[in-house]
Order: sequence, then C-alpha cells, then structure tokens
Amino acid sequence: MEKKEYTLSLLVNNKPDVLARVAGVLGGRGYNIETLCVDATLDPRYSKIVLTTIQDKSTINKIEKQLIKLHDVHKVTDITETGAVSRELLLVRMRLTEHNKADIALIINSYNGRVVTMNGDHCVIEITGEKAFLERAIESLKPLGIEDSARTGIVALERY
Amino acid sequence: MKLKGAQILIQALKQEGVKVIFGYPGGAVIDIYDELYRENIKHVLVRHEQGAVHAADGYARVTGKVGCVLVTSGPGAANTVTGIATAYMDSIPLVVFTGQVPTALIGTDAFQEVDIVGITRPCTKHNFLVKRVEDLGKTIHEAFYIARTGRPGPVLVDLPKDVMQATGDYEPVSFQDHTPKDVPVPSQIFYLKDLIAQSKRPVLLTGGGVILGRASEELRKLARRTLIPVTSTLMGIGAFPGSDPLWLGMPGMHGTYYANMAISHCDLLIAVGCRFDDRVTGKVDHFAPEAKIVHIDIDPSSINKNVIAHVPIVGDCRTILKAINDRLEGDNFTVSETNRREWFEQIAAWKKENPLSYCQSEEVIKPQFVVEKLYELTQGKAIITTEVGQNQMWAAQFYLFDEPNTLITSGGLGTMGYGFPAAIGAQTAFPDRLVIDIAGDGSIQMNIQEMATAIQEMLPVKIVLLNNGYLGMVRQWQQLFYDRRYSQTDMTYQPDFVRLAEAYGFLGLRAVKPEEVESVLKKGLSHPGPVLMDFHVAREECVYPMVRPGAPIHEMTLGGREMTN
Repeated sequence: MEKKEYTLSLLVNNKPDVLARVAGVLGGRGYNIETLCVDATLDPRYSKIVLTTIQDKSTINKIEKQLIKLHDVHKVTDITETGAVSRELLLVRMRLTEHNKADIALIINSYNGRVVTMNGDHCVIEITGEKAFLERAIESLKPLGIEDSARTGIVALERY
Repeated sequence: MKLKGAQILIQALKQEGVKVIFGYPGGAVIDIYDELYRENIKHVLVRHEQGAVHAADGYARVTGKVGCVLVTSGPGAANTVTGIATAYMDSIPLVVFTGQVPTALIGTDAFQEVDIVGITRPCTKHNFLVKRVEDLGKTIHEAFYIARTGRPGPVLVDLPKDVMQATGDYEPVSFQDHTPKDVPVPSQIFYLKDLIAQSKRPVLLTGGGVILGRASEELRKLARRTLIPVTSTLMGIGAFPGSDPLWLGMPGMHGTYYANMAISHCDLLIAVGCRFDDRVTGKVDHFAPEAKIVHIDIDPSSINKNVIAHVPIVGDCRTILKAINDRLEGDNFTVSETNRREWFEQIAAWKKENPLSYCQSEEVIKPQFVVEKLYELTQGKAIITTEVGQNQMWAAQFYLFDEPNTLITSGGLGTMGYGFPAAIGAQTAFPDRLVIDIAGDGSIQMNIQEMATAIQEMLPVKIVLLNNGYLGMVRQWQQLFYDRRYSQTDMTYQPDFVRLAEAYGFLGLRAVKPEEVESVLKKGLSHPGPVLMDFHVAREECVYPMVRPGAPIHEMTLGGREMTN
C-alpha cells in the first residue's frame, strides 16, 4: 500500500508521562514520528498533540485505534485530508556578509519572513508556512550560507 | 476522614471488595504491611514476586474478579514484569501495587529504585505514580475501574513510601461503568441472520473474550439454535462444552485436523471475542479463504488488525450474542439438521480420517495418555492450569473442558512458570475444588519455589508433571525443522522431583511405566494435601497435528505423515 505523511491531532490529559505513552504506541511498533507539536489547550487540563508520521492507510488506522485506547487520550483525529490549516515555524541563522545581505533580504521578503534578531554579522530569520513552502525557503537560503536551523514541526487546526 | 496513606490503601481495597492480596514485603511497603497486620484482608505470601502476579492472575481467571498484588520497590517491582505482561496479553484484570522510594528520592538512583511506571508502560492497560496522598484514594478506585471495564487488563499503581506515611482525606469513590454497551444496530443483526440462513458451511470461532465477557451461555444458545460447529482458541476453551457434538476442538498450530479443515473450507466464520493470533491463523492470506468473516469484539483495535472482517461488530460479547439470540428467537429462526447434513457429514469424515490421537505404548508412558486418564478420573470437573509448551498443548487437546474459567493457561505471552503459581491463585479462590497444574519439567522449575507458598497456605494443589527431560516444545521444533540438533534443550540433569516435593512438604509420587499411571493419579488426586506426581514420559514425543510456522492451517503434519488438503 502507498505510504504518505499523515497528520494526527490528539486531545490528551496535560500530565506527566502522557507524551511518552503516545510516543510509545508508535515507537514500540517501530514507527517514526516525523514531527511533533504539543501545548496546553485553552483548558489547561488538556493538551493538544499534533504529530505526523509516514504510513500506509491501513497502518495509520491501526495506530489511531491503539492511540484512542490510551487512558489519557480523549480524542484522535486524522486531519490529513480534512483541509485543515497547517503551519510550521522555521528559524534560520545566517552569517551576513557584504555579498549576501541583499539576496537574503529579497528571500525574506518573498517568503513573508522577518528578521527576529540581528547582531554584528549574524541574523536569525523566522518564516512560517506549510511544510513544502518552508522547504522551498530553505533551498533558496542554502546557497547564501545557513549556519543552523530549527523547525517546530506541523501544527494544524481544522477549519470548522 | 483523616487517614495515613497506607490506611487509605487498605480502606480502598476493602471498598473494592478485595478478599485476598498476593504479595511479598520489603522496605518501601513496610508501612502497608504494618497496616495489613492489623486488618483482616487475607494475604498470600509468595516466594517470588513473579509468582504473586501469576497467582493473582489465576485467581482473577477463575473468579472473574480483579486480582490484587502488593510488592516492594526496585527488584520487587521489576520481578512482577513477566507476570504483568502475561496478564496484559490475555486481558486479565489485575491491580498491582508496587512500593516506590520516597518522592524526594525519585530519580536519584536511590536504593531499590526503578522506574516501574516507565518499565511497565507498554505492558499495562494503564499505570499510575501517586505523588500526593490527596490523589491516593481516587487513583486506587480508578485503577480497579480501568482493570475491570472494557477489554480488561493489568493496571499498576506505584506508591512512594512517603505517600504511604503521609496523612490525607479519604472518601470512597465509586466509578460507574460508563463504557458504552454497544448494542449492534438492527441492520447488522439482520445481515448476520441472513448470512447464517444462507450459509452451507458455517463455523463459530470463539476466543478468550467469550470467557472474560461471561458470554458462554449465549454462545451455547446461538450454536445450538443455528447448529453451527464451534472451535475455540486456547483462551476460549471451556466456553463451549468439550463434550458437545458440535465441538471441533482447538484450531491453529496444534489444532485438530477437523477444526483446521472446517475453518479452511467454511463459507461463514463467526469469530467472537478472539483476536486472530498467528498461532490460530497460520499464514493469514490462506486463512478461511472461502468465508465471509464476521468479527465480534469489544476492542475496536482487534478488528481488521490481523484478519479483515466483512462484518465487524464492536461490543461486549454477551450483549451482542444476546441481541442476536433474541432476534433469532423473535423470528422463530431455526435450522434443520437436514440443512446441515452435508456439512456435518464432511466434518465427520474429517474426524474419522484424522481423529485426535497418539500411538499408545506398553513400554513407556505417553504424555497424552496421562492427560486422558486425568480427564477420565476427574470427569472433566477439575480446574486445570498449565505451564507452557507441549504440556499445555496436550492439556488443551486431551482434557475436555465443559465449563468456562476451568482452563487457566498463558495463551498470548506463553509464560513458562505460569501454571503452578496460577494454580495457587485458583486454589486460594476455591479451596474445595480440585486444582491441577499440568506441567513440564522445564516450566515447573521456573517457579518451583512456590511449593513453599502452597504448604504455608495449606493449599492442596496437584502437580501433574509430564517429565521428558527436555524443553519439549523447542526440542520438537529442533527435531522437525533443525535436523534433530538438540541445542541446549536436553535437561539431562534434573532434581529428584519426588524428593524435592517431599522436602517442601508435598506428597511426591512417581510413575515410570504405563501401568502405574492410573494408580499414581488415583492416589495423588485423592490425597487431601498438595501432591507432585512425576510421570516419566516418552522423551521424544511430539505434539500433533502441527502446522509449520508460517504455513496455512490446512497443511498439517500428523505424527510423521505430511497431510495437505
């Protein structure tokens, strides 16, 4: 069966060990979590976990059924094909030179990014967007000298 | 009401109706044991923590109640893991209380500290670390609630020593069972009724869920009304009477020829409370290839996990079978013998072709003969526990179980050393019943220390030891698939089991010739105290039929002859 990246959104108890239990359902079966985002919901008793994993349809169904069995998991939604809004935040640190400044500014502009901080010959850029959008941004910045980067992983929300 | 943590624990256990705790004391739980000293809850002192969990598991399986375990931190907790995993695989409700170092020391590599919540995360239904005495009472009640509801399972509660010593409030909380009692939608039942009506070759395949869900009566009703032959996984044996003409025996790797053939040729397979373990299905692609598969199970994650169901029905086995029976009864639905004649004749022909059998010998004791004799002498009325391996398969094949909760065996995990402590647990629940552990010489030595527990508790458990001086099942595989290279399966040195039994205070008996079997069994079974009966059996006997691992179940080896149909 064909594999692709699935996005699951989980409503869980905001307690110690819950993330380990969720991760264990995947890890214990040898499945990798590609991205992971967790934070408390408006009601601090609960957290929302958004994770992505590359699976075939039948495996993702089995994973969902195993996740909902966890006592601390209240809801599991596969939001891959629901048209949910999905965003990721990218931070990139660049070394600035006389030669690349103008090009970097141009790229930041075209990806709706912004410079978070600049001191001396370094700057940190922030760009948000969908995964593919960020990957294009990284490809554009790479030739200009990325020192390091960090990504949040996908956070997603259903439209209604 | 202000109480010490240890007192809250005891009060909560009483509230939950716990009658017996299987346990082993230690530094981290000394406060709890101090409370127990004053209380009238029975405590069975085992000789190894693994034994405590198996005993509580055996107790849970025969009574249908939640088994309860209490052990100390560190090694005490770590020793429970095999027992917990055993219960988890077979969905047995347990609550295991482990001591823990004081909260301030957690994570410091303190003396006798292990992260037991971390260790048991993948083999418990849920587990808790109680960090505040205020949470203690509620957590205990929640643990029992989780263990017994839905698909049951073991729950572990980790109790730091300072929480046991602290003072807090306790109010009994009762958790109502809010799990949805899924009643199948009428359309599903109509469809199922149609399938049954149209089917020419139906089979019922039942599993442990029928026993855990107390659905045995409804199953019997359904099978008899619709005249559908019944086969059952190891875990479901006893739900349908082994002496009933509709009974096919167990399917799968060591299933009967006719059960495997019936599954392979049926046009309708109604699976109830089973999870299609690889030992049952053989090669999945060839499993019940001609059948519409109906799968009834309480756990949605069991459905379509190994075998794709055409008609999935999620819910409690008893509720669903009852709904089906009510519908059939309401519609006056019956199946006449003539409709089933062809199918029954086919099954009878398979039975005649290859009945469950073995070659009797006049020189050596055949292990199957011992089990057969045991069945005869007990009239199938005993509670049988087994170890794991050949002894377990022969028990499942040659002892016919007529009632649920009478075959107590580690099905999913296959834990050697399970049967004897489980027998202690079963005997604790029913002191007046005949409880027999059918054992092998390998398995029995894995928890043989529990003989002291049986003596101390005055439990008259019987051990029927099928002693072949081998790790028989592994040796069987080496014999059949590895050119008889018996790598490390020959247990040439073994203790004198009779004298060992006597040293513990058991009655020890031995039979080395076939003609001694009956008298040893009679003497052993009628002895009022615990007995070990050491039967020196044919060393290289194999369990047949056998389906090679990974082969389809209709390809069986039947005692030397390769049969393919």
